[in-house]
Amino acid sequence: MRQKLDLELVSLTKRYGGTIAVDAISYHFYAGTYACLLGPSGCGKSSTLRMIAGHETVSDGAVTLGGRDISQLPPAKRGTAMMFQNYALFPHLTVRDNVAFSLRMQGVDPATRHARAGEMLELVDMTSLADRLPAQLSGGQQQRAALARALITKPDVLLLDEPLSALDPFLRIRMRAELKKLQRELGITFVHVTHGQDEALALADEIVVMNDARIEQAGRTRAVFEAPKTAFVARFLGSHNVVSIPEGLVAVRSDALEITSVDGAKLPGTITNIEYQGTHVALTAAVPGAQEVTALLSDKDFFGNPRELGEAIGLDWEAEAAHALAG
Amino acid sequence: MALRHHFKTKPFGVSVRNTSVIGWLLASPLSLVLLVFLVAPITMIVVVSFWGATEWSIYPAFQFDNYAFLLTSDVTYRVFLNTLKYAAITWVCTLLIGFTVAYYLAFHIRSLTWQIALFLLCTIPFLTSNIIRMISWIPFLGRNGIANSTLISMGVIDEPLEWLLFSDFSVVLAFVHLYTLFMVVPIFNTMMRIDKSLIEAAADAGATGWQTLWHVIVPLTKPGIMIGTIFVVALVMGDFITVRFMSGSQSANMGRLIQNDIALLQYPSASATAVILLITVLLLIGTLLRFVDIRKEL
Repeated sequence: MRQKLDLELVSLTKRYGGTIAVDAISYHFYAGTYACLLGPSGCGKSSTLRMIAGHETVSDGAVTLGGRDISQLPPAKRGTAMMFQNYALFPHLTVRDNVAFSLRMQGVDPATRHARAGEMLELVDMTSLADRLPAQLSGGQQQRAALARALITKPDVLLLDEPLSALDPFLRIRMRAELKKLQRELGITFVHVTHGQDEALALADEIVVMNDARIEQAGRTRAVFEAPKTAFVARFLGSHNVVSIPEGLVAVRSDALEITSVDGAKLPGTITNIEYQGTHVALTAAVPGAQEVTALLSDKDFFGNPRELGEAIGLDWEAEAAHALAG
Repeated sequence: MALRHHFKTKPFGVSVRNTSVIGWLLASPLSLVLLVFLVAPITMIVVVSFWGATEWSIYPAFQFDNYAFLLTSDVTYRVFLNTLKYAAITWVCTLLIGFTVAYYLAFHIRSLTWQIALFLLCTIPFLTSNIIRMISWIPFLGRNGIANSTLISMGVIDEPLEWLLFSDFSVVLAFVHLYTLFMVVPIFNTMMRIDKSLIEAAADAGATGWQTLWHVIVPLTKPGIMIGTIFVVALVMGDFITVRFMSGSQSANMGRLIQNDIALLQYPSASATAVILLITVLLLIGTLLRFVDIRKEL
């Protein structure tokens, strides 16, 4: 069902001189979705986000929000708000004034705009730090301030450009939980650009995997993870083995691989590495065709039947665990 | 504690006493230069400012005659106000031009190569001497100069404009010409450090171009503006040659006062004027620095 505030990209294109950064991509983001644009650096995901935000001109195609073509509107008139990668907080303004900045630009009187800023700061749990300057905040606090500033205009779509990349790993996991919670509470569309597949899997309702200026595969997160269509997607999402077998190129999840004896197995292999990961053991084996596959075994399975380096083994999987890949 | 302990150890067999000696030695060349070329001359000026003078001699003394004469003379105040007037007008003009040029270079020129090229272009006038650049205005602005003859031939005016040369106008024009670059450089330097995403963030918040300029760029450029201001104000307040040439010796500022005294060998009086000027400029800069923190720029 198409809702009022769906965001749609219609063969959106970005050219810089002769190079194509985004090549006629089309996608429909349903209102209230947490979507991740996922891909390696230079794949066009940031350009796509910046075109949605209005910080990059659209070379061709259109961005529509709620059926309205917003591709030529200035950023503030689009119903989108952007949270920048380095947060882009104004260093000379306090957190409160940063959050109230857009209201100040609209000419809202100080009392009203500070009250509204206060509400936003409460939403992100930053009330006590309202009078600090950005330089006096930690990375996580800066991010909350930037979130409050982006949300004060009541956008229909929040655009996040690698919002977690500046944080240390521990904080990253905490902040991503908060982002998800906030999105659930507000019910607006989040479009989040990232190159981290774990971040995308943890957060997104839908992921759009981009490569080389095009959408490689997109859909519900689980559907994409369970059935990657191309070798690139399988490799980029991780936890998959891409192997060439007589039937063709297939992706098999590493936790779907079973270690058996050589006879009757789908693939024979030789163990080249055994890595203990706490709850799991990753077992890498060389298989015919100068390929490597990794099997992820639970620690119980592995230590119930320990293997040695250089041991010949068979690798097996259930027929439906293998997904034929294009390219 | 760990840090203190670290200093007590002798990694290179150097004792604590020796390290402090090395520290003093390292600081001494600069201290010596400052002592000889800054502290000593200023001390000398202050000392001489209390000396006495007759028409034909000067003699060591400790008297306040020079200051008394200076501070009770009507001429001093007129000249002093004139000096401040030149400084103020020049400051406004150099700030407007300097800010605009720096803004254009920093935000409208995208490629670094072009930024460097245009920046160097700004410095080309500095390859000739101050005085030549100043004097070259004279044939342009004179009664029968290029400016007047062009305006007459265009029919804009019937008679040559008298105020173009040897006037306050020509003095300020020369100051602006000479010192605008001192405003461009620090402002450009500060602007280059402004994160471009802040401009996008302002646009995202619905700020117009002017709002972004006033609420984001100007506040963040303040330290650069302040450094440029210090340069321009100090240079204009201390100048005498520009005022002499461009006003045709018709106007005076503090520098001219000092120069006259020196020409008449009235060193004590010249020193007293210099001390007053120095104190004024220091107070001015001290006041400016209270408003803006420039430490980040240094």
